[in-house]
Amino acid sequence: METPVESMSVNGLDALEIPTLSPRALIWRRFRRHKMAMAGICILVFLVLYSVVGAFFVSESYANYTDTSKRLQPPSAEHPFGTDTVGRDILARTIYGGQISLLIGLFAVLVETVVGVLIGAIAGYYGGPIDSILMRFTEAMFNIPQLFLLLVMAKFFGGKIPTIQLFGRTFSGSVIVIILILGLTSWMYLARIVRADFLSLKEREFILAARTIGTSNLAIIFQHILPNSMAPIIVSATLGVANAILSEAYISFLGLGVRPPTATWGNMLDGAYNYIETAPWLWIFPGSLIVLTVLSINFVGDGLRDALDPRTLTQ
Amino acid sequence: MTQYIIRRLLQAIPLLFIISLILFILMRNTGDPLATMGGRRLTRPEDRERLARQFGLDKPIYVQYLYWLIGNDWTKIDMDGDGIPETPGTRKGVLRGEFGTSLVIRGKPVSTLIWERLPNTLLLMITTEVVIIIFSIIIGVYSALRQYSVIDHLVTTVSFVGYSMPIFFIALASMYLFAVNFKKWGLPYLPTVGMFDPQIGKTPAQVALHMVLPVFSMALISIAGYSRFVRATMLEVMNEDYIRTARAKGLPNFTILFIHALKNASLPLVTIIGLDIPMLLGGAIVTERIFAWPGMGRLFLDHVSRADTPVVMGILMLISVAVIVFQLITDIVYAWLDPRIRYT
Amino acid sequence: MATLLEVRDLTTRFHTLDGVVHAVNGISYTLEEGQTLGIVGESGCGKSASVLSVMRLIPEPPGKIAAGQVIYRGQDLLKLNESQMQHIRGKEIAMVFQDPMTSLNPVLTIGRQISEALIVHMGMTQKQAYQRTLELLNMVGIPQADSRYGDYPHQFSGGMRQRVMIAMALACMPSILIADEPTTALDVTIQAQIIDLVKTLRDRLGMAVIWITHDLGIIAGLAEKVIVMYAGFIVERGDVDDIYDDPRHPYTLALLKSLPRVDRSSKERLATIPGLPPDLLSLPPGCPFAPRCAYVIERCRQENPRLEIVDSHHEIACWVDVGTGRER
Repeated sequence: METPVESMSVNGLDALEIPTLSPRALIWRRFRRHKMAMAGICILVFLVLYSVVGAFFVSESYANYTDTSKRLQPPSAEHPFGTDTVGRDILARTIYGGQISLLIGLFAVLVETVVGVLIGAIAGYYGGPIDSILMRFTEAMFNIPQLFLLLVMAKFFGGKIPTIQLFGRTFSGSVIVIILILGLTSWMYLARIVRADFLSLKEREFILAARTIGTSNLAIIFQHILPNSMAPIIVSATLGVANAILSEAYISFLGLGVRPPTATWGNMLDGAYNYIETAPWLWIFPGSLIVLTVLSINFVGDGLRDALDPRTLTQ
Repeated sequence: MTQYIIRRLLQAIPLLFIISLILFILMRNTGDPLATMGGRRLTRPEDRERLARQFGLDKPIYVQYLYWLIGNDWTKIDMDGDGIPETPGTRKGVLRGEFGTSLVIRGKPVSTLIWERLPNTLLLMITTEVVIIIFSIIIGVYSALRQYSVIDHLVTTVSFVGYSMPIFFIALASMYLFAVNFKKWGLPYLPTVGMFDPQIGKTPAQVALHMVLPVFSMALISIAGYSRFVRATMLEVMNEDYIRTARAKGLPNFTILFIHALKNASLPLVTIIGLDIPMLLGGAIVTERIFAWPGMGRLFLDHVSRADTPVVMGILMLISVAVIVFQLITDIVYAWLDPRIRYT
Repeated sequence: MATLLEVRDLTTRFHTLDGVVHAVNGISYTLEEGQTLGIVGESGCGKSASVLSVMRLIPEPPGKIAAGQVIYRGQDLLKLNESQMQHIRGKEIAMVFQDPMTSLNPVLTIGRQISEALIVHMGMTQKQAYQRTLELLNMVGIPQADSRYGDYPHQFSGGMRQRVMIAMALACMPSILIADEPTTALDVTIQAQIIDLVKTLRDRLGMAVIWITHDLGIIAGLAEKVIVMYAGFIVERGDVDDIYDDPRHPYTLALLKSLPRVDRSSKERLATIPGLPPDLLSLPPGCPFAPRCAYVIERCRQENPRLEIVDSHHEIACWVDVGTGRER
């Protein structure tokens, strides 16, 4: 048995016996100890409430209501966050923009994870020429910096999808375009992780055993191997939400993101730099919300990584 | 080693083909380059058709790709639209070193456009990267050594915040503070846009002054990420047995830190820097846009929005090559730092 | 012989998230010039922590030397500042570690790793240090020293790396060499070579040696004095012959029984000690060995015995007389 003193050279702590808990309880215990991650969760809950509950107090039509006579008004009692270049209320727009930004983050990661896991799993599991082709493709996509790829794809898909009606509300179809392109330009890293996991796991005894009793390939992939590589997928997906929100902000900032009237925190920043001297409230409020969201997601992701990694210990 | 480099370069060839194919297909469907050609609307349909024929835009996409790749001087094109090709092509194609001419700025070679902008981008990027490496090593090493001190906590928190910042937020905030408010408060303030003040001219001092804010904005995010990384690897390395051996030898802290520890800790850092340098170009798009820096990022933005395939393809292929070259350089530096690595 | 090193009531703890690890609990011993002291015990009994505390190499935090004195040539090492301590480490007291695979810096040449101590402590020039390093490599039996000077650790075998470690430790002619299980990670045949090498060099250079091991067999032909440690306490101390011929502590007895011996029938199974070493996070109130002890009596669970003299130069910390099985 290893006791702390002997293994001090490694970490000084890492061989301490932790009382036996179920893996789930252990992960939760480690996660709970991560103060930053818990703070991140709290901020996220607050931000979700902000954009969901806030919608009960102001209507979407108000958020999209333009009145050029009231343009670029500084924060006041009537407009706490001020008004934008066409006189819309920025507070109301951050509420509805938050909904869209958070949704884009979540769904883009969904696309990313599905594509990444599928490509990684297929490449790793089948190997051979399928693996070579998929990995060449992955590498090619990896070699183009994401923002360039995003801009090209935003142009590629842009302007072809009409507005959509959902739950009695009107959205710009570009929301869906953005979700798609964000997902389609960010899966490469995940695919590599999953592939590496599959490569090592598929040769293990329990998979060989499953194969000998005639389990189908699909069942092996999804029921036997995939659960074993959940930890990196979860961490990568969590951090992916932050990245997707950031990327949405980047392309919206550059004017190729979600089209008005639908607000996102990102497209509220479009053109704000033209008013850097006269109207800083244009970018301070949506910008701060983006930073706060990304920061808290990064905290949560960091906590998850520590909690899920058997080698690291929470401090 | 030489063999390894040659093999890697050979492997890069199919990769570049795939990249060019993906991008070409994407670009071809992004819009009508003729719509905004030369800054005016082309209303006469016969003009449009003539131009489309001239640029080969009427051809199927695989033919267009082929012309882009190997040129069309071996065949004839149908300029007058009578269905019989009569004019010999003049394009040489990328494989023979010609990236074509811009569709938007008529007749201007892509290479000229890029060469006009590339030095500006490189100046910004290299300066930023040097700033990033110096500061992240200093901060990372310091907070690893003073683990759990007030400064370490501060650095960790600040770097987390910095890491979560979109570059435009930092850029706007720093502009607002150092340019707008400093001016308001009567303090010496920094210029916000452009490379130099046109009234003074392009002097090194002017360019340096105009670089402060963009470099600061770009570096801050990376310093945040890297210093956390340096801190983590330093902590790991400082717990290694060989560091204990070095301490047992009674070496001064400086030697232990900067020779025994940092040389090992720099290994993963080299990998990350190698991967990230080309990515800085991505950050440069936003930075160049905000600070009106006349670099490649802005060139890309201007031309991607007008579907100017030759220019966009030229820029993207250049970046792809840069990515591959930097990966190779990373491998070489890695082998130089770590004697255990031998490429064959 | 003059006393070279005196350790008094040394106490070292590790403050971890799960609680305080009591790694070393008030141990005392002395080391004479030229003497070889063996420290024996199972993994995790505080052997390494005790010598790392002497060298002040305990990682702080989480470690902390809570109490005690380490007097080297009349000077309390625990009171020195870091830069004074640097003059002791490597120059006066040197150390060889357990795992030669991880204890050498992988990205520096072995020549550099040996010569840097010479430059720092002996004020040598690069050239002098180079010459001296070649001599040291020859001394520890590394052939073609001049061609191997520029080699990296991964180009050496485990045994050769441990020789490099020894050359490095002996570079500045220290008065004390601490060997922390230097042969544990090596093949058996290599083990014997390394032990012989240390013995030869010890006699040639006249230095004192503290040899840490979990293997009582190694100590027999090497040390003059032996300390047996358990759970951070010294449980038995004496001359090597006394410990082997007349072990008084049940733990020492059990350790000896678990050794293979030529004078016993090969059909006899080797004895093992039941149970595991105690959790240093929460030591029981009584004797820490009580839960695993074959001679345990009620008092053992109540009170932790102190180290007491039972014979000349022979001390044990136990309530029981193992000869009779009754309380002493």
